[in-house]
Amino acid sequence: MSYFSDIYNGIKTLLTGMRVTGGYFLNARKGTLTQQYPDNRETLKMFDRFRGEVVMPHDENNEHQCTGCQKCEIACPNGSIEIIWDRAIVEETGKKKKKIDQHIYHLSMCTMCGLCIEACPTDAIVWAQNFENSVYDRTQLTKVLNQPGSKVKDGIED
Amino acid sequence: MSKDQIIKSNFKTEEYFINMGPQHPATHGVLRLILTIDGEIIRNIEPDLGYIHRSIEKMCERDSYQQIVHLTDRMDYLSSHINNEAVCLVVEKGLEIEVPERVKVIRTIIAELTRIASHCLWWGVMGMDVGALTTYFYAFRDREMINDIFEETCGARLTMNYNIPGGLMFDIHPNFVKRVKDFITHFKTKIPEYDRLLTGNVIFQKRTKGIGILTKEDAISFGASGPVARASGVSCDIRKIHSYSAYDQVNFNEVLFTEGDSLSRYKVRIQELWESLSIIEQLIDNIPEGDIKVQTKAVIKLPKGEFYQRVETARGELGVYVNSTGTKNPYRLKFRSPGFSNLSVLNKIAKGYKIGDLVAIMSTIDIVVPDIDR
Repeated sequence: MSYFSDIYNGIKTLLTGMRVTGGYFLNARKGTLTQQYPDNRETLKMFDRFRGEVVMPHDENNEHQCTGCQKCEIACPNGSIEIIWDRAIVEETGKKKKKIDQHIYHLSMCTMCGLCIEACPTDAIVWAQNFENSVYDRTQLTKVLNQPGSKVKDGIED
Repeated sequence: MSKDQIIKSNFKTEEYFINMGPQHPATHGVLRLILTIDGEIIRNIEPDLGYIHRSIEKMCERDSYQQIVHLTDRMDYLSSHINNEAVCLVVEKGLEIEVPERVKVIRTIIAELTRIASHCLWWGVMGMDVGALTTYFYAFRDREMINDIFEETCGARLTMNYNIPGGLMFDIHPNFVKRVKDFITHFKTKIPEYDRLLTGNVIFQKRTKGIGILTKEDAISFGASGPVARASGVSCDIRKIHSYSAYDQVNFNEVLFTEGDSLSRYKVRIQELWESLSIIEQLIDNIPEGDIKVQTKAVIKLPKGEFYQRVETARGELGVYVNSTGTKNPYRLKFRSPGFSNLSVLNKIAKGYKIGDLVAIMSTIDIVVPDIDR
């Protein structure tokens, strides 16, 4: 007798499961989640807070907001940020002031923890939302964030 | 002696070794099991660890307390937020600061979402391990919604690093509450679907019912925790017995089963999905206003002494032990990870079963290998 009840139960549970999958099969167009990823690059928009890579925004006068305080370098857990800095004499006051020469960012070592951006007192570095970071040569993943010839914006003090 | 008995007495078998892993897809990562088998029957299992050891505990001794948090993301990556919370709680305990109510509630909501996401992934993979591929897609569809919530609020989908000692890195996104509510209404219709698809299925029942029985005594003596221990009737929910964050403000049941087999471990997790949903529902409507962090010093120095904090991750009890000498780094930091203790019961419960059952048993233990090796 249990032989027949086993067959009955087997077919019953099979059909219960099939009703779920069959429902999706028949309503396949409804609520489609698949994104046609490489083809939808123009329309694909990441969330504002998405951590893609660290960038340093520059304004139209090629000025950034980094004072070279090195707080990001200290906050970084894995040494992804190196700052090469110098002291230069400010003409108006005659005093020496710290300025960055190169803000080097190793994307290959970055774990996207966000501690550098939390640490920055002048919001000089922010997250960019691009995520297609693959390259053929890993030397390309070491980036200099400040553009050549750029200087710090007036009035930015740490 | 009958003819059959004569054949049986002359039929000789030999035990032999076989490696399962380190790259076996059913071991969920780089776990190597050295199996001693007799035909298809398992005689002994020896897990060989160390393939993904990254010396996280040693690295913690080098890092400041803020930097430790992001390393814990990489232990049990499926409950990364809860790991972060554990480290933050132990630092807050050492500094004797009380975080605002808002932080506690947000931490709890995100921790429960993490638990749902983790159990979703487990459910999908569990189905796949016993031969039902469809579950994987359905579970990932629902997990995707949670990942989107995390991505919008925390900035990352898996390794979120949203907690800092003293509070949260930034406030929740304006869309957060709406998205979570959408998810709850969506997911409430999906868990019954999970049940119809897999739980009641006769093949699944036969693969799991009465297989891999862990007795209550063994669960206690091996130090098992989380759903593995609760399926054997051990009451061990840290959220209940050592309440932290906002768990004392909510009503929820500790899910307990007494059978201790694979099916009850499965059922515990399915029930926990409902409990997590109910916890989120109780909190989501009344997130208190207030600050999102207590300002700590830029260089955190814990006072001299030892500190310990336990939390309940999706896999069980995670303990963080900090031994501080008063400097900016911990002198010693030890994680008591749930996966390690839960894996140790494997040899006890899978002995005598077949290799196919071992895959199902391992799946219900729900191991995450980076959590075991650290």
